[in-house]
Amino acid sequence: MTQQILFYAFAAVLVASALAVITVKNSVHAALCLVLTFFTAASIWILAEAEFLGLALIVVYVGAVMVLFLFVVMMLDIKEEAVREGFIRFLPVGVVVAVVMLAEMLSLIGVRALQAVPLPENPALAAGSNTSWLGKALFTQFLLPFEVAALILTVALIAAVALTLRKRSGVRTQKPGQQVLVQRDERLRVVKMASEAPSTGESA
Amino acid sequence: MISLAHFIVLGTILFCISVAGIFINRKNVIVLLMAIELMLLAVNMNFVAFSRYLGDPSGQVFVFFILTVAAAESAIGLAILVVLFRNRSTINVAEIDSMKG
Amino acid sequence: MITPKLILLVIALAPLVGAIVAGLFGRRVGRAGAHTVTIAGVAVSFVLSCYALYQLSTGGWGVFNENLYTWFEVGKLSAHVGFLVDRLTAVMMVVVTSVSLLVHVYTIGYMRDDPGYQRFFSYISLFTFSMLMLVMSNNFMQLFFGWEAVGLVSYLLIGFWFKRPSAIFANMKAFLVNRVGDFGFLLGIAAVLFCFGSLDYATVFASADATLTGRTLEIIAGHPWQAATVIGVLLFIGAMGKSAQVPLHVWLPDSMEGPTPISALIHAATMVTAGIFMVARMSPLYELSETALSFVLIVGATTALFTGLIGIVQNDVKRVVAYSTLSQLGYMTVALGVSAYSAAIFHLMTHAFFKALLFLGAGSVIIAMHHEQDMRHMGGLRKYMPITFITGWIGTLALTGFPGFSGFFSKDAIIEAVHESHRYGSGYAYLCVLIGVFVTALYSFRLIYLTYHGKERFVVEHAHHDAHGHARDAHHDEHADEHADDDHGHHEPGHLEHAPHESPWVVTLPLILLAIPSVVIGWLTIGPMLFGDFFAGAIVVKEGGPLAELAHEWHGPGAMVLHGLLGLPFWFAVAGFAVATYVYLFNQAIADRAAKTFAPLYRLLQNKYGIDDLYFAIFARGGLKLGRGLWRGGDVAVIDDGIVNGSAALVQRIAASVRRLQSGYLYHYAFAMILGLIVLLGGLWMAAR
Repeated sequence: MTQQILFYAFAAVLVASALAVITVKNSVHAALCLVLTFFTAASIWILAEAEFLGLALIVVYVGAVMVLFLFVVMMLDIKEEAVREGFIRFLPVGVVVAVVMLAEMLSLIGVRALQAVPLPENPALAAGSNTSWLGKALFTQFLLPFEVAALILTVALIAAVALTLRKRSGVRTQKPGQQVLVQRDERLRVVKMASEAPSTGESA
Repeated sequence: MISLAHFIVLGTILFCISVAGIFINRKNVIVLLMAIELMLLAVNMNFVAFSRYLGDPSGQVFVFFILTVAAAESAIGLAILVVLFRNRSTINVAEIDSMKG
Repeated sequence: MITPKLILLVIALAPLVGAIVAGLFGRRVGRAGAHTVTIAGVAVSFVLSCYALYQLSTGGWGVFNENLYTWFEVGKLSAHVGFLVDRLTAVMMVVVTSVSLLVHVYTIGYMRDDPGYQRFFSYISLFTFSMLMLVMSNNFMQLFFGWEAVGLVSYLLIGFWFKRPSAIFANMKAFLVNRVGDFGFLLGIAAVLFCFGSLDYATVFASADATLTGRTLEIIAGHPWQAATVIGVLLFIGAMGKSAQVPLHVWLPDSMEGPTPISALIHAATMVTAGIFMVARMSPLYELSETALSFVLIVGATTALFTGLIGIVQNDVKRVVAYSTLSQLGYMTVALGVSAYSAAIFHLMTHAFFKALLFLGAGSVIIAMHHEQDMRHMGGLRKYMPITFITGWIGTLALTGFPGFSGFFSKDAIIEAVHESHRYGSGYAYLCVLIGVFVTALYSFRLIYLTYHGKERFVVEHAHHDAHGHARDAHHDEHADEHADDDHGHHEPGHLEHAPHESPWVVTLPLILLAIPSVVIGWLTIGPMLFGDFFAGAIVVKEGGPLAELAHEWHGPGAMVLHGLLGLPFWFAVAGFAVATYVYLFNQAIADRAAKTFAPLYRLLQNKYGIDDLYFAIFARGGLKLGRGLWRGGDVAVIDDGIVNGSAALVQRIAASVRRLQSGYLYHYAFAMILGLIVLLGGLWMAAR
């Protein structure tokens, strides 16, 4: 019963914040709303006894991805009016499409029939905890995909850096590589010249 | 008692909200990206629910991978966005039509 | 070891060697070398052919039938090169090689100033080889090879002076008309292969009766035809093309554009008789179909009479002889049509000699007249060229069938055979050949009178008369170049620079040598060839053929001559002679008046019954129109504009409308995806209902 109340509360927050994400004017606010959405979603997952994923969602999304979003949003100088153009015009269309799709999906799923089926006993309890249950599957059966996922993340990391890296002309920067390679001859010149006698003319 | 239906309906609603978001925020790339993240979340919600319902860890493992890929995707997406803004000084999708046939 | 096989191989290949040497190494061996080697080749062939004929007729050799070389075998069909040499073949071989030899010799004189001297010798030797391959063949495949090879050389020679547009035109005409005939011929061979499963003469003839009797071919569904008739008619269509029978005769008169020696050799003596020989060779097949023979008979009779009539109004000396050839070929065909195959071959042989003689005589006249061929500018040549004159008379008497001359025996035999025949169409044929005799005499003597007798209708310009001999050489040198050019006449028609004179011995010798058989060969050979069993085994005639009936009344050539003097044909010939003599020797004005009185008829003959014009209108112009229509409608409209450019335009148009979908806006694509999703879900929803 408590679970149910908690679920409905979280679900309400989730839906409300999701709606806010797509409707608020300010992108920063939208990003913050998204953070809230993910947070409540993580809560719901924990309610469903998927604790590891709930925490991972918070760490990865709330902690990393959404911060990245915020960075970008704040870094770019976005003209709100331009990007909001057409919002009112397309609102009805969007609503209609969403409602139609929702109706279709729900009727296809057959909500009523599924409502009668409660969730079974959590199998993770047998393995000790959700984390070890998941970990065993991940590091045995899904080891190769796991490693590939790591590779994908690396590639994404390098790609993001490579995409945004740029050379600015007219900016003076140090080039340590060239500094290290410098030779003595490039800096110092020894000139041979005849010695001169000190002038004697004015000393008197 | 929470049933499978609860999660699925929630996921469906989330998905439709994000679809509507794509429609109404057609000019703002950042919000579009956010809507896509929402869609992925809706999908993940289903995965988690079914994994729990069937007692099979594969669903949750997949959520794990989706999170990974989604993180990579948003990192690259945002990088592209930054480069785009740097070159065009806008994130208005209506002005990005060089793919026009 | 000298075997018959070796001898026959040498006979066939000696001319080929000559042709190759003269053709490929003509420049190196020179003019004398070229004619020496080709004449030597043909002479070897001739001598050995005579030997072969001697051996065969005395029974020294049996019938030679052997495959020499297997070209290919496909399933049950095997193509061979092989020789079938029996008496029929041997006669043809002797005729071909003897006429060819004489024509070779004659050519030395006729072509002596021509720049294509070696080429010409190469061609006629090649022709001899091809003709020998044709007659010696023991299967249909080789027959067809020889058939096409002689055709090829014929086209080459008609277009020998390839800078003359008229020669090229005649060349193409001969080629195209022969395509029609050859198409039928090929279909006939195909029908033989279809029915018999073999192309070997021996196999086909042996089983002809058993295979073809009662067998029908259903080419058009619901209309079964006698297989023997189909084969016979199709093969004969080939013969109609090659032997210039109506309505495929149109190419032969035009083929006179070629040099005169080949007119004698190819277009009178040998190649055009290939069709006659072929039908005679196929006698076991033809005997099975009355219908096919009636067809042959009617076509032949029509050719015999109506082409002869055209000959009366022609003024070109060679064309008169050409139409005469057509007419005589018609006679031979008539003989085939009444199952008197031996008579056809007999007439073929005598005709080869006297017609070659007439052609070579005409050539001799043409040399003397400096390539003037119009008889209206001749006359009175008798005193300038006595040998040509006398041999010309002999040839004409032979042609018109004066009793005792060779043509008399062969032609009279044919007429009598037609008279005896009861085949459908023989009444019509008898009428045609009888009137034909009158017509033949008329145009033949007209030719003689206009050419050799009467007043001289040419003017000799005595400008160079002082240095007669010298001028002649100079003249020839000039002509050496002009042959290659379009026309020979730098003089007005009928104007000669010096008086005509008798031709050199290389020209007159063949005339004399041809005159001899023209006189005597009929008398000597009619007995065994027509009424003996000379062709037994080679030619098959059913019981009760007309020749068998004639054989009952046969009492030797002398009796036939006496009988001929009383016969109807003789008096028809005399009538023709009389008319010609009166009109062209004594009262020329009548001819012109007759031409005016019977103007429509005269014009009809002048226009050759309009057949040429008809072919032009229908086939040439129709073909042109069809081609242009296909070009405009098919090629330009359908293929170019429709398929090639059209598909490109269609793609462009589709692309132009589809590219609007590619707006480049991300949200359009997203919208499309979502719409697709909604539709998919809707579909699933409907299905779930």
